[in-house]
Amino acid sequence: MYLADSRSTDSRATRSAAAPDTRPGRRPAAVPGTVLALGAVSLVTDVSSEMVTAVLPLYVVAGLGLSPLGFGFLDGVNNGVGALVRLAGGHLADRGGRRHKTVAGLGYGLSAVCKPLLLLAHTLPVLGAVLAVDRTGKGLRTAPRDAMISLATAPERRGRAFGVHRAMDTTGALLGPLVAFAVLRATVDGYDAVFVVSGCVAALGVLLLVLFVPRRITPDPAGAPAQAGPAAAPPTLREALGLLRRRPVRRLTACASLLGLTTVSDAFLYLLLQRAGDLPAHLFPLLPLGTAAVFLLLAVPLGALADRVGRRRLFLAGHGVLLLAYAVVLSPWHGAPAVAAVLLLHGTFYAATDGVLAAATAAAVPARHQGAGQALVGTGQALARFVCSLAFGAAWSLWGGQRALAVTAAGLAVAAVAVSFLLRPADEVPA
Amino acid sequence: MTRTARLVILLTAVLLLGAVGTGAVLHAAHRAGQRDEQQADGPAVRTGDVSLRPADGRTLLVRNLAWGPHRDEIAAVPTGDPDGPRTASGVKCLRFHAAAGTAVCLQAVHGALEDTYRAVVLDAHLRERHRFPAAGIPTRARVSPSGHLVAWTVFVSGDSYAGTDFSTRTALVDTRTWQIEDNLETFHVVKDGRPYHAADVNIWGVTFADDTRFYATLATGGHTYLVRGDVATRTLTTLHANVECPSLSPDGTRIAYKKRVPGAPADAPWRLYVLDLRTMRETATAERRNIDDQALWADRGTLVYALPGDYGSDLWTVPADGTGTARRLMVSAVAPAYLG
Repeated sequence: MYLADSRSTDSRATRSAAAPDTRPGRRPAAVPGTVLALGAVSLVTDVSSEMVTAVLPLYVVAGLGLSPLGFGFLDGVNNGVGALVRLAGGHLADRGGRRHKTVAGLGYGLSAVCKPLLLLAHTLPVLGAVLAVDRTGKGLRTAPRDAMISLATAPERRGRAFGVHRAMDTTGALLGPLVAFAVLRATVDGYDAVFVVSGCVAALGVLLLVLFVPRRITPDPAGAPAQAGPAAAPPTLREALGLLRRRPVRRLTACASLLGLTTVSDAFLYLLLQRAGDLPAHLFPLLPLGTAAVFLLLAVPLGALADRVGRRRLFLAGHGVLLLAYAVVLSPWHGAPAVAAVLLLHGTFYAATDGVLAAATAAAVPARHQGAGQALVGTGQALARFVCSLAFGAAWSLWGGQRALAVTAAGLAVAAVAVSFLLRPADEVPA
Repeated sequence: MTRTARLVILLTAVLLLGAVGTGAVLHAAHRAGQRDEQQADGPAVRTGDVSLRPADGRTLLVRNLAWGPHRDEIAAVPTGDPDGPRTASGVKCLRFHAAAGTAVCLQAVHGALEDTYRAVVLDAHLRERHRFPAAGIPTRARVSPSGHLVAWTVFVSGDSYAGTDFSTRTALVDTRTWQIEDNLETFHVVKDGRPYHAADVNIWGVTFADDTRFYATLATGGHTYLVRGDVATRTLTTLHANVECPSLSPDGTRIAYKKRVPGAPADAPWRLYVLDLRTMRETATAERRNIDDQALWADRGTLVYALPGDYGSDLWTVPADGTGTARRLMVSAVAPAYLG
């Protein structure tokens, strides 16, 4: 079933995005202004939030003099409540003539307000509460934001558009720690200054959203007959949940969840990499940077590739790359080149799957349900990954880390084969 | 709204927010400058030679927190006059411990992009003998009674996107061979008599018995345990539950530690306890406040520990047998070590 796809009403964007791009060597068409605006909002917001993340351990230990040993104070909130908030955010955004911008703005605003509140949090429970609210804001805005990217972009360009957004997002995440340490250096442990600057940057992100993201990102009327007549009433919760009755949505959610069940969390993978490769402990903090850098570099080219060869195919191929990464960790090949290879594969996995899944979701969901659809598929994947983390932790206790990974790798291979059959029917027509 | 109007609003906001941010940075920088000026009502601090083999009687070394040019330096005071003038060594450490002519000093290295940390082993004149990169933010440091082994614990927050889930890394070095155990989590764990594996194992707060045996905290599955470690066989064996930051008495019979007590508020969960290793009997000390430090034995019957103070932290002391009352030993100090 091929669903009516959305077009941006931004005439400039539509014209350039819809322009044929067939001649080899021709400069790729630009992404819609709305996507660039949302990318800028994400970039600025990630600078703000990663500033806090980077100095938080130091603030807790050196600034407050507390020892947060074994204090995983976000785990529960992160996963359970996070999933619910994300679903709620997606659904609310679809209601009332698509309030995506309002709900996303609420999410960005909530996180921004938390930054100055950090100045008042002097104990771990209060700090944990502020961070939980911050995370709630993130859960709220994710689905509406992805819905807006979908709605603003021509269907055949969505892979690239999501790639551009993810690349900008990751750029912010990499810049945040640098800004934070520059402020710390200038102020000699001025954590309050870091939080104030972070709050200012977050406020700028909200302002960018308010000023430069259009309020109504309505699809091209010709392409969306569903907008006419009584069907234009706000989607009900039942309708949103009914999305799962559509075969493409159900298939995509099932596939993302199935693969998510065998996707080991970053933290576990880095821990295994460190143990297996005998990596010196002080190099450990650099591992996430390696993944992020590869993700940043490959997000756009792989997003564009997804537009050409099909998002589902690339999503599956990305998990094949993850399987390769597992294989390298399990292999007797150790040392710096092996670690670099794993990070390269891991970053490629993210670039080939993160924005690409959102683009695939966009094609499977009608325009008026973009928010709920993005939330549904994304939450399914996130919950599956959480279940994988719990199971992986238990398996590690039972068998040790290496064997737990070997079993997960076998599971991933089986899941990938199953998904290759499930996704084979052309639910989506590649451009 | 026209494009121009939006750009004007953006520009105005950037200027305003920029001013607020710059103001906060300048304010914090000014405050940092004040910390380098001698504190009027603070203890007298002067520079001088600090030795780990003091010629003039028993000495207490601490990280000096009093404001002034010698803030954060390791400083010495005679044990008989802890409020007296401090002799600053010129060596800056975040955490410090020393015994038998060997010291370990955990330092921050302020790089252009981020802070890194290192553990430096010092000789009796506080000169560097060897340095090791440390994986995260220093929290605990100990030297064995012989001065042969040193251990330290740092915090790491592994994955930058999760960010707030802290874990620890504890390293142990033999100063005779410079062999390093980078991560004690790789030791074999024996829990309740059976081999134990888990991804969430964390080790912290080593305290040495001799050059083979030590005690530490092991955390897994939301619980903490006192473990006895053996460097030769690379094992950790659980002995007792709900023990954090153990500190072995000089005679090797008792462990002072932080215990999570039921009913305590979530932001102040620990009290200072002493465990008798022969009877496994726990004794609460007279210190009733929340303790977040690895205590130190000043002698056979007295504990020293840090509590928050006006300039970071102060050192306090209390009898180990549950009697008496807590009293302040000295202000603006942390990371004590007794020598001589």
